[in-house]
Amino acid sequence: MEGILPQLLAGIFISAAASLLGVFAILKRMSLVGDALSHVALPGIALALFLKINPFLGALAFLFVSAFGIWILEYRTKLSVDTIVGVFFTASLAAGALFIPELDILEALFGDIEKLTSTDILVSVSLSLALILFLLSVHKKLALHMVSQDMASSIGINSKQLEFIFLMLFSLGVALGIKFIGALLMGALIIIPAAAAKNISRSLRGFMALSVAFGILSAISGVYLASIYNLPPGPIFILSGTAIFILSFISRGIFRR
Amino acid sequence: MANNEPILKVKDLAVKFNEEKILDGLNFEINEGEVLAVIGPNGAGKTTLFKALLGMQPHDGEIKWRKDLKIGYVPQRMEIETDIPLTVLEFLWLRGSENFSEEKAREAIKSVLLKEEILDSGLGEISVGQRQRILIAWALLGKPQVLLFDEPTADIDISGQESIYQLLHHLQDKYNLTVILISHDLNVVYKYAERVLCLNRKLICFGSPQEILNTEQIQKLYGGGHAFYHHLEKHQY
Repeated sequence: MEGILPQLLAGIFISAAASLLGVFAILKRMSLVGDALSHVALPGIALALFLKINPFLGALAFLFVSAFGIWILEYRTKLSVDTIVGVFFTASLAAGALFIPELDILEALFGDIEKLTSTDILVSVSLSLALILFLLSVHKKLALHMVSQDMASSIGINSKQLEFIFLMLFSLGVALGIKFIGALLMGALIIIPAAAAKNISRSLRGFMALSVAFGILSAISGVYLASIYNLPPGPIFILSGTAIFILSFISRGIFRR
Repeated sequence: MANNEPILKVKDLAVKFNEEKILDGLNFEINEGEVLAVIGPNGAGKTTLFKALLGMQPHDGEIKWRKDLKIGYVPQRMEIETDIPLTVLEFLWLRGSENFSEEKAREAIKSVLLKEEILDSGLGEISVGQRQRILIAWALLGKPQVLLFDEPTADIDISGQESIYQLLHHLQDKYNLTVILISHDLNVVYKYAERVLCLNRKLICFGSPQEILNTEQIQKLYGGGHAFYHHLEKHQY
């Protein structure tokens, strides 16, 4: 048990930050964009491996640039963002798959928490914590913006700026999850706990609290079960999250009629 | 307290989207405590005018509100999912008004003639008509002197639309609100507005309902008298 404590710590914090991001991504109905965005990390990882720098930095750089691209596209073109994201981000998944050395491809796609160094863990925990605190400090504005952009603008909230901030936070969240869960499943780390929480929440506070709780629960079970059965934690995390989602969906059917 | 200066002066207002003129050469004024109705066919630029007045729309020309004025905005509609995890109370709280408290929320709810219990309901669960009142309460929390009200289009059936106007009238008296409303219902305009602005990208006419709402002007605005008679028939009883 002692051996997995650092991983557990990193998993819990990353997952808490991701599931809090998920609340706003779901309010904004951007789960698919978020999922595709996580794939952009792959070419970034490839480049980082090639340059022999930390893959986290490569992923983060590519994510920031793409998020900036989405932000520009949303305001500058008449093309549907969904279409552009669908095309280019799948392309980046393909490019990443092509350029990442075969040895590293599984790790890039699905993460490997065992390879986290103590520096990695320190960085992950502190950045996750910063992300959570920042999200909490702007959560009212964000929620209002996601619910009604018009009303937010009418009281002087700068929508463009807020959207930019959110996309950057989202990118940071995705990059943090790369080592833990990999680029392929990171979108799910963000969306699944929030989707499960939404099933059974009626208030925003409940939604946020439950999403974080589900995220942490999935992270714990992911890391713990993975260490017992010697499996990669990423897929187990997603499966635990999915199990919670199914349970929440069933109980919603029972209690809300 | 009486201030004879207009509360809003608009001078040569123009808005373009990619070279297409959405609004052009608008000039008008509103005095404190007045109700101004903006009417015009679809695509006339009514909502664009509102956005410009709210400072949400880049424009040419001048929009001059009286200093330190607070403006409340009630949008035409709010598309939200029925199961959105957000209570009415939380929605009011999101506005982020100073010294927000549950007590203030309760007052706001009462002032739009809803029951307190609605605070605990989900924002997506309540009826469209109730949500419209909540949107008014939301705007009132900012203690506005001016209220911009975008009426839902006639194709959305809202029972009690009439009572919304009675409510607005009541609020206007109570808080000495200046109200600018976009309306699709000429009967409402006739009953509640003191001034009417007919808009079809340009200012077509501006004046009292009695002056404006004659067949000639309406034909000019809508390109035929039909719309007006249609509305009258529909709402006479």
